[in-house]
Amino acid sequence: MKQKLSTAANAVAVFTALLVFWQVVLWVFHVPRYMLPSPRAVEHAFAERFPTLLNAVVITAEEALGGLLASIVVGVAIALVFAQYRWVRRMLYPYTLLLQTVPIVAIAPLILLWMGSGAASVMLITFIFSLAPIIANTTQGLVSVEENLVHLFLMHNASRQQVLFKLRLPHSVPSLFVGIRIACGISVIGAIMGELYAGSSRVGEGGLGYSIQYASAQLQTDYLFALVVAATVLGFCFFFLVSFFEWHFLHRWHESARTPEVE
Amino acid sequence: MSSVSNLPEVEFVDVAKQYGSGTVVLKGLSLTVKKGEFVSIIGPSGCGKSTALKLISGLTAPSAGTIRIDGMTPKNARETVSYIFQDPTLLPWRTVHQNVGLALELEGLGSKRRTEKTGPLLDMVGLRKVSSAYPRELSGGMKMRVSIARALATRPRLLLMDEPFAALDEMSRDHLNEELLRIRAEQNWTAIFVTHSVAEAVFLSTQIIVLAPNPGRVHCIVPVDLPLLRTSPLRTAPEFENMVAQVSYALREARLQ
Repeated sequence: MKQKLSTAANAVAVFTALLVFWQVVLWVFHVPRYMLPSPRAVEHAFAERFPTLLNAVVITAEEALGGLLASIVVGVAIALVFAQYRWVRRMLYPYTLLLQTVPIVAIAPLILLWMGSGAASVMLITFIFSLAPIIANTTQGLVSVEENLVHLFLMHNASRQQVLFKLRLPHSVPSLFVGIRIACGISVIGAIMGELYAGSSRVGEGGLGYSIQYASAQLQTDYLFALVVAATVLGFCFFFLVSFFEWHFLHRWHESARTPEVE
Repeated sequence: MSSVSNLPEVEFVDVAKQYGSGTVVLKGLSLTVKKGEFVSIIGPSGCGKSTALKLISGLTAPSAGTIRIDGMTPKNARETVSYIFQDPTLLPWRTVHQNVGLALELEGLGSKRRTEKTGPLLDMVGLRKVSSAYPRELSGGMKMRVSIARALATRPRLLLMDEPFAALDEMSRDHLNEELLRIRAEQNWTAIFVTHSVAEAVFLSTQIIVLAPNPGRVHCIVPVDLPLLRTSPLRTAPEFENMVAQVSYALREARLQ
């Protein structure tokens, strides 16, 4: 408890120092407002446009969550097939690595072309972005089961399904969470990136990516800063949520389960 | 224990095992284990002790020769055989009683019937109190007890053990040796026990098979003429020490061959 308090105190101290430094830079160098707004101006932009900003955050959160959940469902399904059929794995696994290297900048216009702009397109971009770490980590967890455990199951005449669902799948859960942990950060970035290319621009439908583009074009730097803060907080919330689920599912039996706190 | 035939529990006739790489692990191995025996297999490393167990369990097939378990092929006999590995091989996401019930679950037994069967086993190995604990909360010796209880849950006729106590400290090992014999007196399965320790082999067995290496084959078979009721005082008795000396001598000969 004492340690938690001191961790919190440290974080607050660093944050305060950062604000002071920021203000001092403004005073000393006379930076124009549109280049670097003051902390107070950012706070003001926050308060003034809070409903719009919150709406943008909710839209981006929905898109990111949709893409992330889809990538978990599809990724685990693909990993299960990979674990069951070695020849499928050999044939297709290299292509899952391509998912990570394909430049989203290049395929986003294609998705826009095929599906038009809107939440569905952004979710698809997020999904493509977050899929690779899920597949890679879950497959790893499914196939890296200790040989003797497989032998144990075989000794008791376990079926293929029993080996998969009673041994491989539970064994892969910690690795799955490693994948989700990576994918959850990617999904928020993916959604914001996706919005830059394929986000809706209708009134009340623009997410953080759209708002960032808009604020930047209008030189509303104070609002831009508020959006950056909001995006960061959103990413952090995702991470926290995943950590909570990881702790919930793993803390009783797995050594690596981390408690949902910032250390 | 269903119908008891007069067939030997395990029979090897001229068995050879060669791995894909060309290494000959076992050659011309013939041996018979009668029902109710406790047989230890001992030998220098590379003599194919563990391979012999894998062959009996049907986890790997012989390159030549035949193996019969109570007249059946190893794969067909699996229902009557349990295997205890060198490490406890527990599922870390399951509690102690869920681990003990694993084999029963794989056989399709409902949860109520499983609990009926695992309960007495937990008492037998002294783990009733920690039945809802997870493996990571247990000591090495306790994990091994869970592993033993799991193996016994299906009421096997033949128990295969591959150096099950090798990773434990001497105290836990001696203690578990005694418990194993106590449980066996109640259940009367046939045991094949692979070990590196001569003293352990002598303490547990009715018969010790000494293997010679490169390639693995039977060097000699030593009957253990000690009373069937064995408790810790036996470890310091002169006849026990004589037996240990005799087996150690045979083991040294096997190594020099």
